[in-house]
Amino acid sequence: MTIRPHDLDPDADRGAGGLAVELTGLRRHYGDVHALAGLDLHLDPGELVVLLGSSGCGKTTALRIVAGLERQDAGTVRVGGRDLSHVPANKRDMGMVFQAYSLFPHLTVLDNVAFGLKLRGQSRAQRRQRAGDVLDLVGLGEQKARYANQLSGGQQQRVALARALAIEPSVLLLDEPLSALDAKVRVQLREEIRRVQVEVGTTTLFVTHDQEEALAVADRVGVMNEGRLEQIATPAQLYAAPATPFVGEFVGLSNRLPATVEGGHAHVLGTRVPVLPGSASGSGLALVRPESVQLTLDEQGSARVATVAFLGPLSRVTATLPDGTDVVAQVRSADAVELTAGQRVRLQVSPAPVLVVGA
Amino acid sequence: MSAPGAGAGAVAWRISRVLLLLAFAGFFLLPLVALLDFSTKVPSTGDRTAQPWRDLLADEQMSSAITTSLLLAGLTVVGMVLLLVPTMVWVRLRVPRANRLVEFLCLLPLTIPALVIVVGIKNVYAWVDYLIGDSALTLTFVYVVLVLPYAYRSLDAALSGLDTTTLSEAARSLGAGWGTVIVRVIVPNIWSGVLSAAFISVALVLGEYTISSLLHYDTLPVAIVMLSKSDAPMSMAAALGSLIFAALLLLVLGALDRRRRPTGR
Repeated sequence: MTIRPHDLDPDADRGAGGLAVELTGLRRHYGDVHALAGLDLHLDPGELVVLLGSSGCGKTTALRIVAGLERQDAGTVRVGGRDLSHVPANKRDMGMVFQAYSLFPHLTVLDNVAFGLKLRGQSRAQRRQRAGDVLDLVGLGEQKARYANQLSGGQQQRVALARALAIEPSVLLLDEPLSALDAKVRVQLREEIRRVQVEVGTTTLFVTHDQEEALAVADRVGVMNEGRLEQIATPAQLYAAPATPFVGEFVGLSNRLPATVEGGHAHVLGTRVPVLPGSASGSGLALVRPESVQLTLDEQGSARVATVAFLGPLSRVTATLPDGTDVVAQVRSADAVELTAGQRVRLQVSPAPVLVVGA
Repeated sequence: MSAPGAGAGAVAWRISRVLLLLAFAGFFLLPLVALLDFSTKVPSTGDRTAQPWRDLLADEQMSSAITTSLLLAGLTVVGMVLLLVPTMVWVRLRVPRANRLVEFLCLLPLTIPALVIVVGIKNVYAWVDYLIGDSALTLTFVYVVLVLPYAYRSLDAALSGLDTTTLSEAARSLGAGWGTVIVRVIVPNIWSGVLSAAFISVALVLGEYTISSLLHYDTLPVAIVMLSKSDAPMSMAAALGSLIFAALLLLVLGALDRRRRPTGR
C-alpha cells in the first residue's frame, strides 16, 4: 500500500501543499563514528529547510533516514503527525532527487516522470497528462521523447526533480542535487528549484555543503556539525548573528580580530561594538564580516594595503595590521580604484553585533 | 591535404585489416565448409545429396535428442536467470561484502573437471532420479551450475556499468518494492548482459557431452557421437545444424539487444 497525504492524520498542521516534518532525537552511528548524535529538527508545512555542513557532518545521513533509505539507531521521523520511523522507503510517499544522476536509462523522459504514477495505478492518459504538466513546470516539455543519455547534466536533474514532484509527495528531499553541475548551471537550477518549490508548496529538505547555495534557496538554514544541529535560522539571521563560533566561521567569510569584551560590548580595532549571545568574555577574537570593516585612506593609519581583488561591483581589500594580522574588507569597487598595495589605511568596524570567541 | 605517407599508411592498414578478417573467417568457416561438404557428398561416387539431412529430420532418436537439448538449453537459461540475476542484484544492493564470495562460488565450476563433477554428483542424481524421475531434463540442475562462471561474468560486466544503488533508491523513493526494482529497473538496463549470459548458456548446453554421456542421457552431442559410429554424414549434418542454430540464435539475440538500446546524444 502506498501512503498518500490524505491517508495521514487529517488534524496535522498542513500548508498549501505540504506537511509538517518533525525529526526527534535522531541517532545513527557507524562503528565508532557518530554520524547523527541526537538531531532534532522541525519543518513547517511548505517550508524549504537546507541542512548545511561539511563532509561527514551527518546531513546526508539525516536526509536518508527521512527518506527511509537508512535506519536510525534511535529517534523518530514524523510527517503530518504520523510516525514513519519504521515505514519502508517505498511507502513513505516522499520524492527524492539524488546527487548522482538517477534517471532510468531505459526509459524516456516522459516514462521516467510517469514511473511513480504507474506504480500508483494511474491510467496511461492520467500519467501522460500529469508527467507532461510537471515537465512543463521544469521547462522540459519539449524533451519528453528523449533518453537520459541525450540530456545534459542540468536537464537530467530537472527531469529528476519533475519525477520526484509528479507523485505529489508529502515531502521533497534534495540530496546535493546540484553538486555534479558546473557553476553557471548550478545557479540557474537552484533558482528554478526554489521557484518550483514555492509554486507547488511541498515541504522540502535540501542538503548541501555549498553555503552560497544554502543561503540563496532556503527559508531556513540548519548548520550541522558532528551529527548535531549547531544553529537553525533564516539565512539573514544566520549570517548576521551566528549562535556558535563554528557557525560564525563556517558561514560566510570572517576576520578573526583581537577583541576585549566588557559589559556586553567588545573593543575591536578601536571601535566599541555590541557582542552576540554566546560570546566569550575577557580577551578573545571577534568574528567580523568583511563588509563590517570600514577602510579609509589615511597617511597616519596603522594598516597597509596588501592586495586589492576586483569582484565586479565590489572589491575585496586585504590590509595588514602592524602585528601582521591580515584584515579583509569589502568595499565598493568605485571606492577601491584609488587603493594600491602599500598605502596606509585606517581600519574601523561598523557597530553591528559581533561574536567573540576564545583566543 | 594529407601527407602522401599518411595516405599510404591508411591504405596498408585497411588492407591488413581485410587480410586479417579473411584469415579469421577462413579459420572458422573452413571446418564448417568441410562439415557441409562431408554431409552432402556420396562417398562412393562423389555426387551431391541431401539424404543425410533428410534422414536427420526423419530420425526419431535424433529428433528426440534435439528436442531434449533445446529444452535443456531453455530450462538452463531460465534457471540461470532466476537464480543469478536476483542474487547478484541483491548482493550488490544489500550485502556488497558478499560479492567476492558469490564470485568465488560462481567461478568454482570452471576449476573442477567435468569428470570430477560427474563423480561428485552421481550420488545426488540417485536422489534426483528417486524423487523426480530420471528424465534427461534433470540435467538442468547440473547445467545451471556449469554455466554459472560464464553467465556471472556477463552479468557482472553489465551490472558494473550501472549505478544500481542510486537507481534502486530512486525507484524505491517513487514507491517501488524490491521485486519491481529488479524487474522494471535493473533487468531492463542489464538486458545485454542477460542476453549474453543466455547465449553462452545455450551454446554450452548444446555442446556439452561429458556429463550427459557419463550420466547416460541422450542429448544432442551424445546422439551425434553415437550416430557418427553408424552414419557419419548424418552425424556431420547434425553437428553443422546445431552450429547454424547457435549462430542464428546469436544473431536474433544481438538484434533484440540493438532494438532495446536507446541511441546516444
